[in-house]
Amino acid sequence: MENTKRLVLSSAPHLHEGASIKRDMYIVILALLFPTAGAVYFFGAYVLLMLATALLCAILTEYVAKWMRKRPFYMDGSAIVTAILFVLVMPPRTPLWIVAVGSIFCIAVAKEMFGGLGQNIFNPALAGRAFASLSFAGALTRWIGPVASFMADGVTTATPLSESFATALSRGELYRALFFGNVAGSVGETSALLILIGGVILLAFGLIKWQVPVFYIGTVALLSFLLGQDPLFQILAGGLMLGAFFMATDYVTSPLTTGGKIIFAVGAGVLVVLIRTWGSMPEGVCYSILLMNAFTPLIDRYVRPKLYGYVKRTNKEEAS
Amino acid sequence: MNSQLLVRLGLVRPAGVHPPARKLAAEQAIERAQLPKTVILPLQQHIGAPAKAVVKRGDEVKVGQMIAEAGGFVSVPIHATISGIVKQLATVASPITGQPVLGVIIESDGKDDWIDLTPADPEGLSTEEIINRIKGAGIVGMGGATFPTHVKLSPPPEKSITSVIVNGAECEPYITADDRLMLEETDRILIGLKIVMRVLSVERAYVAIEENKPRAIARMRQAVEKASFPGTVTVEAVPAKYPMGAEKTLVKSILGLEVPEGGLPMDVGTVIQNVATLAAVADAITLGKPLVERVVTVTGLVGTPKNLLARFGTSASSLIEECGGADPSADELIFGGPMMGIAQSHVATPIIKGTNCILVKMSDVREEHDCIRCGRCIETCPMGLMPLMFVNLVKKEDYESLADYHIANCVECGACAYGCPAKIPIVSYIKTGKVELRKAGVK
Repeated sequence: MENTKRLVLSSAPHLHEGASIKRDMYIVILALLFPTAGAVYFFGAYVLLMLATALLCAILTEYVAKWMRKRPFYMDGSAIVTAILFVLVMPPRTPLWIVAVGSIFCIAVAKEMFGGLGQNIFNPALAGRAFASLSFAGALTRWIGPVASFMADGVTTATPLSESFATALSRGELYRALFFGNVAGSVGETSALLILIGGVILLAFGLIKWQVPVFYIGTVALLSFLLGQDPLFQILAGGLMLGAFFMATDYVTSPLTTGGKIIFAVGAGVLVVLIRTWGSMPEGVCYSILLMNAFTPLIDRYVRPKLYGYVKRTNKEEAS
Repeated sequence: MNSQLLVRLGLVRPAGVHPPARKLAAEQAIERAQLPKTVILPLQQHIGAPAKAVVKRGDEVKVGQMIAEAGGFVSVPIHATISGIVKQLATVASPITGQPVLGVIIESDGKDDWIDLTPADPEGLSTEEIINRIKGAGIVGMGGATFPTHVKLSPPPEKSITSVIVNGAECEPYITADDRLMLEETDRILIGLKIVMRVLSVERAYVAIEENKPRAIARMRQAVEKASFPGTVTVEAVPAKYPMGAEKTLVKSILGLEVPEGGLPMDVGTVIQNVATLAAVADAITLGKPLVERVVTVTGLVGTPKNLLARFGTSASSLIEECGGADPSADELIFGGPMMGIAQSHVATPIIKGTNCILVKMSDVREEHDCIRCGRCIETCPMGLMPLMFVNLVKKEDYESLADYHIANCVECGACAYGCPAKIPIVSYIKTGKVELRKAGVK
């Protein structure tokens, strides 16, 4: 090095693992491709229109929001994840204008108004879903069964969690249908298998903790068993699988520590059973996670990692 | 169950990271660097009070002659590292802080004339004499922390010290200086250890080496078996996990104990000494030789990475030239390892007692994003802290709350920032936070 060489000064560490938000988000998108592909297979090409609408609206909204907030727009993939998740939790024949309004809400209200990625308290996709189902209740109760062909129109039917459904099939057929996804339900919630594949991808890349889905699903299974319900049915039906692997594991809106995450998961599991059993709605996953999102700051305040060399101090010592 | 399995199962936090080893100079035997024509010796090369110059411009000095005396108890003297003439006492940039400090500049007469050294048999010296010799030789912790060694060897009487841990972990990527020293100067290290065990009157010592250095482990084990000690000495292979070499991590790994918050290893009855420090202690006692040189790993984007035995005050640029020069693409110069090392602003910066490595690299300017609360920094923090909270609180300028999250416990190892997907320079925020908290006067 010649003596006049201009050197760059930076703060340690000068070596990095190479992790990036973008990489994480694209892995999540990869994992989401499985339930998404299943959704297109089960509910037809209309799902693609929903996805296109949601993606376009979400990304444009983020761009405009960043411009209004005078922040740099950066394509980190988080808007894509939100848009896909939002479509996956909507009914299969949701009118496109509702998809548009909902995904704009996800980004503009649930995320950017709170300060953008990392600052939002509620999971944006679920907040959008809650907003849409409260605002457009009538339009969103038309559930269809899986379609016979790619371009076909669906037939309105009951979802597994509504009472009229459960008796129609034998147990084994029912479980099989629920596991592979051949039932009515939200776009991406029906196939437990495809969600599990996505979940395994997230686990393999170390993006989520196994404790979250295990404690969430485990709590629902245990409680429903104690209440005399069919635990397997409770696990496979509705949005629990998708919620447990993709929503309750959201970094931003769930607790920081593993202990906190377990509290979150158990709390959400209890809420699901409470809502499904005694609530006025057939499904409780969305609200269970949103409610626990609200508890996240509180959990983070009290559940902290074990400090190296922690010494318990008496009040007297602290005062001195 | 072993701890790695527990980590893999997600049952315990990894509390550390696994950066690539990149020990480029591991096969290079220690070589003596060319004697520099000029040396720049900053008078603050250690933790504690700066040394006070005792020479003036125009003085003739010999190698090993004291040019600055200790500025207090927690301070050490500094010695001339070449023979020649004191060219000037000037303000120079500190390689530690980058701030201006007083320094002595010596111009070589090309002779390498040493002062008369007074060898001694350690057995014939009292504890006090040994400690005085160590202090007089200007020895500090050579693992990079540069804490005066005589202070570590003079624990207050109420602390009972029962063991010595020899730190040969060398957990930072790239650095091979200690590894080579353990392979080539094994006996000197053990002589130093024996002296330290005697001074502290302990009967137990552990030599901790990361398991990725099997040759050093074997060599040290062999030598320990042959030597006789005033107690039991074992060589322990510790997991290769950064920051294994940090004192507190090492204490936990070797003794299974945690140093109480705000305390020192002596609070759990142990004293840690780096292998290079022990070799320096051996020289100071048996040869009467002051600390004037050390092994520096010159590595990264240089022609041939090497382990050079170099005099303090030698410029980084001349050592880099000895290794075949730097790659033209390199634009960053780090003293120390890549995880905790300090970026230098000038290629002529002199090496000092704590400089175990000169790393030449290409800068990688990273755009910082907002925290997504992934929690990886919490997972990897060896101290059980929540690094992201420090970033949040410093951004909000809520410095008082930093104490609630025990910011003072942070050892600035950088494990958090190493794996941060938002590329937040977390350590930099923490340093700011510590300074602001101190300013706010909150303890």
